[in-house]
Amino acid sequence: MKRSGAEILWECLVAEGVEVVFGIPGGAVIHITDALPRYPVRFVLTRHEQAAAHAADGYARATGKVGVCLATSGPGAANLVTGIATAYMDSIPLVAITGQVPSSMIGTDAFQETDITGITLPITKHNYLVTEAGELARVLKEAFFLARSGRPGPVLVDIAKNAQAQEAEFRYPEEPEIPGHPPKRPLPEDLLERAGELLNTAERPLILAGHGVLLAGGHTELLALAEKGDIPVATTLLGIGAIPGSHRLSLGMVGMHGTLQANRAVQTCDLLIAVGMRFDDRVIGDPKAFAPNAAIVHVDIDPAEIGKNIVPDLAIVADAREFLAAFLPLVEPKKRSDWHAEIESWKREAGWDEPLREEGRLLPQYVIHEIWRATEGRALVVSDVGQSQMWEAQYYLHELPGSLITSGGLGTMGFALPAAIGAQIGRPDLPVWVIVGDGGIQMTIQELATVVQEGLPLKIAVINNGYLGMVRQWQELFFNRNYCATCLHNPDFARVAQAYGIRGLRVDRRADVRAAIAEALETEGPVLIDFRVEPEENVFPMVAPGRSLSEVILPQRKEVR
Amino acid sequence: MRHTLVAAVVDRPGVLNRMVSLFRRRRYNIESLAVGHSETPGISRMTFVVEGDDRVIEQVKKQLEKLVDVIEVRDVTGEPAVVRELALIRVRATSEQRGEVAQLVELYRAKVVDVDHDSLMVEVTGTEEKVNHLITLLEPFGIEEIVRTGPVAMVRGARPKEFRINVLK
Ligand SMILES: Cc1ncc(C[n+]2csc(CCOP(=O)(O)OP(=O)(O)O)c2C)c(N)n1
Ligand SMILES: [Mg+2]
Repeated sequence: MKRSGAEILWECLVAEGVEVVFGIPGGAVIHITDALPRYPVRFVLTRHEQAAAHAADGYARATGKVGVCLATSGPGAANLVTGIATAYMDSIPLVAITGQVPSSMIGTDAFQETDITGITLPITKHNYLVTEAGELARVLKEAFFLARSGRPGPVLVDIAKNAQAQEAEFRYPEEPEIPGHPPKRPLPEDLLERAGELLNTAERPLILAGHGVLLAGGHTELLALAEKGDIPVATTLLGIGAIPGSHRLSLGMVGMHGTLQANRAVQTCDLLIAVGMRFDDRVIGDPKAFAPNAAIVHVDIDPAEIGKNIVPDLAIVADAREFLAAFLPLVEPKKRSDWHAEIESWKREAGWDEPLREEGRLLPQYVIHEIWRATEGRALVVSDVGQSQMWEAQYYLHELPGSLITSGGLGTMGFALPAAIGAQIGRPDLPVWVIVGDGGIQMTIQELATVVQEGLPLKIAVINNGYLGMVRQWQELFFNRNYCATCLHNPDFARVAQAYGIRGLRVDRRADVRAAIAEALETEGPVLIDFRVEPEENVFPMVAPGRSLSEVILPQRKEVR
Repeated sequence: MRHTLVAAVVDRPGVLNRMVSLFRRRRYNIESLAVGHSETPGISRMTFVVEGDDRVIEQVKKQLEKLVDVIEVRDVTGEPAVVRELALIRVRATSEQRGEVAQLVELYRAKVVDVDHDSLMVEVTGTEEKVNHLITLLEPFGIEEIVRTGPVAMVRGARPKEFRINVLK
């Protein structure tokens, strides 16, 4: 049957099971929005295209489905870039659809023309420029397939305006045809067995679980493995939730702001099994001094990650869940009480709960931990970037897999609020909390309007320290307290929220934290709480950039070895 | 060390751009690159020479293979491969010198493909070393212009994999 390109697009989206599209209309996508009312797809109008991309990303992370965003040509498409780059770094399946000037005008610097396929070349898994309606179905089939297959990631489809209006025969292909992608790789039995031998003879093994475990849905298998072998589990930032935060085998996060016990365990273990992670520099510190006593087994779905930053002793290219499931039977049940006793002693040394016990000042760690307490560690938390992100990772113990959504690889300020919009739309059944700094919130604060228009009951905690805190912390520790360009003169966030039609609260004292959180939870609609926290509180433990994970700085710059 | 890699890629607009963009972004040191159609319609073969240690070459290969339009990449450096490059060299030569140049050209099994009143155009095919050598020998006459294709490579004996692709317009 003949359909317009715009109709073909929606037919394809419906066939892919897309229920929500985030975006902003414009001249180069007007055929597309014109056809939309005939299709069962919810269009969420954001106030900036960056937010549309983040919202689609948050939706994808919260649901495991492909997130979709739409923008017009030129400025609309360009505004998506930060969101696409964020999704790319964190391996999030996204399909970004952009309008393009008519194909007869491409290359002429036409009004609102921008080379978005050129611009997004290094930040997409793949991208397409479609100039004829007849190509659309094949391209979209491929785009959705690529976004979710193998190591997931964003794909951009740029559609010339004439291709949207033009009519073509529509038939949605059942299978994409992409030679060599993704390459089929059976699990290497011999390597698995070798890894099993290493584990069964190790005395101090450690599992380091990354985002790949969650993307593959391998948390159950991970827990089974950890419990059977009595193996402690540390996670990367994006691996948080792969093991319940309160589990006795959970060590918390590794890396620059990782827990003392996680970093010590990495440096002390004799076997490190790293699953679904890519040895990011924020995770490993000095690569030459990383895990000096360990044999390293690296399991990842992306062969290009093997040997990129750390050369492992054993490499297995596999989906994390498939690996964990096949590995479990090879592992002998063990009890490792000496190893756990050593880890326990580091936990005690770390003094993790000291900021929670301190009376008097309003400390950000306490605020976040109280949110954890009130939600029993079972909320979906979307954190922004900076100190607040790190305190969230340290003081909100996630019980559920996939319950932390944060920009790990790109570290995109302004991510949290729009990503939470997508997450809440994808998971209306879960309480969604936003943890965001006073700097980050103002990068996408306009999305409070989207929150209201879509009727989303988000609970937004602004950790307001009056600074671009993470940068200020580096200035304090490494630049002689030269606080250049980090002090913020903020608006009254509670009143800003009210102006948008959102309940706004403000908390200045520790004693009022619990009541405010309770009030937010009792309120049906969205609530923003402005927590005026201690301005110069720092994130500890800390490993200075490029230093060994053995050089952990604890509060008061007490260096421990 | 220099490695010679051969890639099979889907012949779509932008594929070269994607590969070159990857080289630039990841700071791989590409010395030469030659592309052309393969035996299968819709698929091109590309030969490129990269400088780097084994770890870098491994990365180049794996990162390239992640590109959707790249079907496979093979490092032929250690393999019994025929590697050839073509060069066109315009060298100054007065009518008295022509004979001398022609002798060198003969020696290298090259060809004079164009003659002007004070210069000759020479076509040479061979390994990079052979081409370099001839250039050195021609230098005293005065070289006006050089165009080189960069090496192309084919492994001896082995038949390539068959590609099954949906040929796109
Ligand atoms: C878009 C963007 N710009 C700049 C940065 C650099 N940066 C990292 S953390 C940070 C400060 C964040 O301040 P705030 O949101 O108030 O959070 P805090 O660290 O104070 O908790 C900055 C500027 C960034 N990560 N992202
Ligand atoms: Mg701040």
